Amino acid sequence: MAAGVLALAVSALTLLPLVLTFLSSVKTPVEASAVPPHYLPSALSIANYLKVFHYQAGLGTYLFNSLAVAFLTIVMCLALAIPAGYGLARFRIPAREAIFVLLLSAMMVPYQALLTPLYLMFSSLGLANSHLGLAIVHTVIQLPFSIYLMRSSFAAVPRELEEAAIVDGCSSFQALRRIFIPVSLPAVVTLVLFAFITSWNEFIAALIFMGKETRFTVPIMLVGVRQGHFGAVDWGALQAGVVISILPCLLIYLLLQRHFVSGMLSGAVK
Amino acid sequence: MKPAHRRYLGLVYVAPALLFVAAFVVYPLWRLVRMSMTSASLLGGGAFVGWNNYLKAWRDETFWHALLFTLKYTIYVTPILMLGGFLLALLTAEPGRIARFTRGVVFLPVVIGLGSSSILWVGLLDEQVGLVGRLLHDLGLVAQPPVWFVDADRGLWAVILTVVWKVIGFGMLLFVAGIQSIGIDIREAAMLDGASYWQRVRYITLPLVMRTLLLTTLISVIGSLLAFDQFYIMTSGGPRSETFTSVYWIYQNSFIYFKQGYGAALSIILLVIVLVLSTLHLLMARRGGET
Repeated sequence: MAAGVLALAVSALTLLPLVLTFLSSVKTPVEASAVPPHYLPSALSIANYLKVFHYQAGLGTYLFNSLAVAFLTIVMCLALAIPAGYGLARFRIPAREAIFVLLLSAMMVPYQALLTPLYLMFSSLGLANSHLGLAIVHTVIQLPFSIYLMRSSFAAVPRELEEAAIVDGCSSFQALRRIFIPVSLPAVVTLVLFAFITSWNEFIAALIFMGKETRFTVPIMLVGVRQGHFGAVDWGALQAGVVISILPCLLIYLLLQRHFVSGMLSGAVK
Repeated sequence: MKPAHRRYLGLVYVAPALLFVAAFVVYPLWRLVRMSMTSASLLGGGAFVGWNNYLKAWRDETFWHALLFTLKYTIYVTPILMLGGFLLALLTAEPGRIARFTRGVVFLPVVIGLGSSSILWVGLLDEQVGLVGRLLHDLGLVAQPPVWFVDADRGLWAVILTVVWKVIGFGMLLFVAGIQSIGIDIREAAMLDGASYWQRVRYITLPLVMRTLLLTTLISVIGSLLAFDQFYIMTSGGPRSETFTSVYWIYQNSFIYFKQGYGAALSIILLVIVLVLSTLHLLMARRGGET
């Protein structure tokens, strides 16, 4: 009983910052900047959201940038990790363990250290301020986990299924498409989920690589709102921006909690 | 299909990922090493200077300060996350709806970006419009809403508070998995022996989640050593450059002062520190089997 009360108190304390921020975001702009602040809005308003909507290049631009980078990151992770996981799990490749360790050790190199050379590379390749460039950095972050995930999942596919496909005259690629990917669909969903979250939330590379206002992703737009205009911060717009930036993550989490938890656990012990 | 043929077919599947890692991890790494021995900057330069950048780092007071500050942050935040995560896991690893609900809620901030959560807390902690100050004041804990980011120590604690809120669910989740993998028979045997709740925690649960504890500690230490977002957003390195972290100081040198050769040398130093810890992590994880 006491444990239950304590647990509920912990839940309330965790939710409080989110709830208060959401409530502030629906205050009127004047009330959102009130000193001292009010706990609850005295009137509901979507004016703060409208202001974020029209902030600088427009929220639409920033959302598009974030989504485009996330989409490219997901596509690259899928295109690289599915075949790599397949090759590592089902073929006796020469030096298989060494290749696997090499691919995983890319995870040990903190990407923060690679930002300068990547920046120079992208500048000379014409990828500065491009969705593709930032997506490549996000793929660098996410690829080792993705490969690990696909390899484990493909390795668990029963031999008989694969043999049946080969008896039916399937090539290895057809077996991948018709047997392995459908059977490993939960792992594919987890891969997509984590690639999206990583890309959507990533901060320092987006800050450095997207120097042009029209290429800002949502978190970088928020920094702009936070720095304010001539020293005056629009607090209401800031809260509304925060709500918009965390909403996709919360929705995905609530809808796909099971994938999340299993992915987190396998990610941590890889 | 002939086995030899199949071996090379497997390589074909792995090749794209290998090429990607070669192009965007190995090659930049090599360029980083080379750059760290030059005076490269966006404004030109690029002459070979040998170990000069490393010697400069050795004498760079702000770098040392940033490194020590990052270490201090790591040493403060890690035990809080470990102990808090473990206690929360004890609370929520039990069967039952409230426990499961709480587990879901505490994990929720983990999925939010650190950038977004930092900005969320900038609003809540602001001394004028922030509700944290108002709440502390209304509870009679402070006479005036505290100004968090004018003092390095107070700013550090404010950042720690927000990071704990954001990531404690991650450690909790790992501990829950560890606790739940302890066989029910072991726990029941201890109960029959008449061991009290805390005795069972001390002599059964804790020793059996030791590996999880080490693993979680390493993940937390590596993550904290690379801290950037929360300080960039919440303290901007201030006051008086006192809250620069290592990554922040590298960012500052490479992309604000355009001293990229020097920034590269600093990156290499940080890289070596993190690699040592990551190798430990990987060795431990592999020794623990394929879970």
